[in-house]
Amino acid sequence: MTAETTPALVEDGRQTAAGPRVPRGSAYPRYLAGKVAGAAVSLLAVLVTSFFLFRLIPGDPVKTMTGGRQVSAEQLAAYREEFGLGLPLWRQFTDYCGKALTGDFGTSYQFRAPVVDKITEALPNTLLLTGGAFVLYTALGIFLGTRSAWRHGKLGDRFNTGLALTLYSIPSFWLGLLLITVLSVGIGPLPGMFPTGGMESGGKEGFAYVVDVAHHLVLPVVTLVAVEYGQTLLVTRSALLDEMGGDYLTTARAKGLRDDLVRRRHAVPNAMLPTVTLIFINLGRTVAGVILVETVFSWPGLGGLFYQALSVPDLPLVQGLFFVFAAAVIVMNTLADLVYPLLDPRVAR
Amino acid sequence: MTTTTGTASGPRALARQRRRASAARFWRRYRAERAGLYGLTVLALCALLALCAPLFVGADVSSVTDAPGRPMQSPSAEFPLGTDQFGRDLLGLVVWGSRVSLLVGLLAAVLSVSIGTLIGITAGHFKGWYATVMMRITDWFLVMPTLVLAIALATVMSRSLTTIVVAIGVTTWPTTARLVRAQTLAVETRPYIERAKALGGGHWHLMSRHVLPNVMPLVLAQTTLIISSAILAEATLAFLGLGDPAIVSWGGLLQDAREAGAVSAGDWWYLVPPGIAIAVVALAFTLCGRAVESVLNPRLGVSR
Repeated sequence: MTAETTPALVEDGRQTAAGPRVPRGSAYPRYLAGKVAGAAVSLLAVLVTSFFLFRLIPGDPVKTMTGGRQVSAEQLAAYREEFGLGLPLWRQFTDYCGKALTGDFGTSYQFRAPVVDKITEALPNTLLLTGGAFVLYTALGIFLGTRSAWRHGKLGDRFNTGLALTLYSIPSFWLGLLLITVLSVGIGPLPGMFPTGGMESGGKEGFAYVVDVAHHLVLPVVTLVAVEYGQTLLVTRSALLDEMGGDYLTTARAKGLRDDLVRRRHAVPNAMLPTVTLIFINLGRTVAGVILVETVFSWPGLGGLFYQALSVPDLPLVQGLFFVFAAAVIVMNTLADLVYPLLDPRVAR
Repeated sequence: MTTTTGTASGPRALARQRRRASAARFWRRYRAERAGLYGLTVLALCALLALCAPLFVGADVSSVTDAPGRPMQSPSAEFPLGTDQFGRDLLGLVVWGSRVSLLVGLLAAVLSVSIGTLIGITAGHFKGWYATVMMRITDWFLVMPTLVLAIALATVMSRSLTTIVVAIGVTTWPTTARLVRAQTLAVETRPYIERAKALGGGHWHLMSRHVLPNVMPLVLAQTTLIISSAILAEATLAFLGLGDPAIVSWGGLLQDAREAGAVSAGDWWYLVPPGIAIAVVALAFTLCGRAVESVLNPRLGVSR
């Protein structure tokens, strides 16, 4: 396992061990309420952070944003007014929280449009990209991980594990740049086969539009799958290896079941718990990790928007996106917590 | 476990002898991990290269004004990796960049692991409200998406290497804190801790003399793994333009390449070397970390 996975798994093990010990059956609602309350507190904490983090800037945030550009004194004053910088800090804070709770994250400095509008505009594109990649890398990771564990120590296993570790060490943005150079621009005799970026070529309707978007999706999805599947593979593999010595597998074999069935019906379902946790955590993390891939491929999603906002820096937009990314992780972690006891009743007992 | 030879004079010498023996045991087991040895060899070579870089590259390699070549030359005998948009020698830049990337990776990992170890040991040792508060803070950092938080921190602070180190260090410590705390709790139930307490050992004595040496192997494994992700994080932040533009690093080179239009011009020689350098070093640290982990926890070793 890599740096990212090891602690996460140990974490879950420990939470399980120290988890709420209440009787089964009626326990679940209480467990659920506890987890949801915890998530609400975390979300509130993120909100507080997103406020204070961007008040940490030494000097004047308005100067930082307008830095280097010609801005009149009146405009500066207008911006200060808009961000409420004239008010005392606690008033700014209560205003910010009050507005955020009603879904108002202010106005983007760069686009002169509400932050929420920009986010809801970009969200479906990100979901399309991450959703597609997520399904593929999870399936690939579980499939290869199971294969590897079942024939561990063999050449195929060593190759799979090595490849997964290598791809995991590759910066996603670099892989993206390389794929564009080789497959979109084309090198030597190789012609460009894929678009260099964006989501559509424009001017297409109906089915042609769908094909066009799919064509644009290929390279970003391949990049995401390549850098992400390794983790799922390694976790599935080591979870399954833990089950391999189990007596119940010997029993199943002794019953005369085919090897294939022993794996599919007996070993894999028992080994899926850590993988399921990882799947949910990944889902939240991929939304945040997509920043680089979207930047490289000029994908019009949240990550690309984040990059645009950073380079200004467009603080209200950065702030809003920061909240969205953190919220995605929290919501997914909570979902993992909620699903876990349904799969393994020992957890909420 | 150690054979009492009688040569040990006093408890200190005995302790030293034991540590030496356990280090030798560790090394013997580590040598059996083939992937770990590959990683270690690669790292030793990279470290040597980075340390010796001034001997054959020179600090003026990043100078834009007196660049030796013409802009964007493809690889040739004179410039084995070609030149960038200012005509600088890319081989020299990649070698020079290793210094920054390795340094930032190391410093960020040391910062991260130090914070994690400090909080982990104290939260495990002192129970009650202190531990509760510390673990709440840890949990809170744990749910934050690390990369996004690091980016946000690097955005609001000034552009410098220190900023990058702090941004990575401050966002990656919670996993270490969790692991170290668990280990501390386990260590503190052992009888010799009780003995030390009975003999009048204070908090500082217990934590530094008894707990710390016992969590050190875990900390070592954690450091190696975190360096690998810190190097990737540094490259990422530099690529997003959050690094110091005056300093040559691998991520910064990739950003330069992208801005110079190397992607659309198909200038692969500009793109490939920095990325390979990042991947090789990150992979080498990961392999070492995994090897250390499986030496420390043989059950994991079997299962891999």
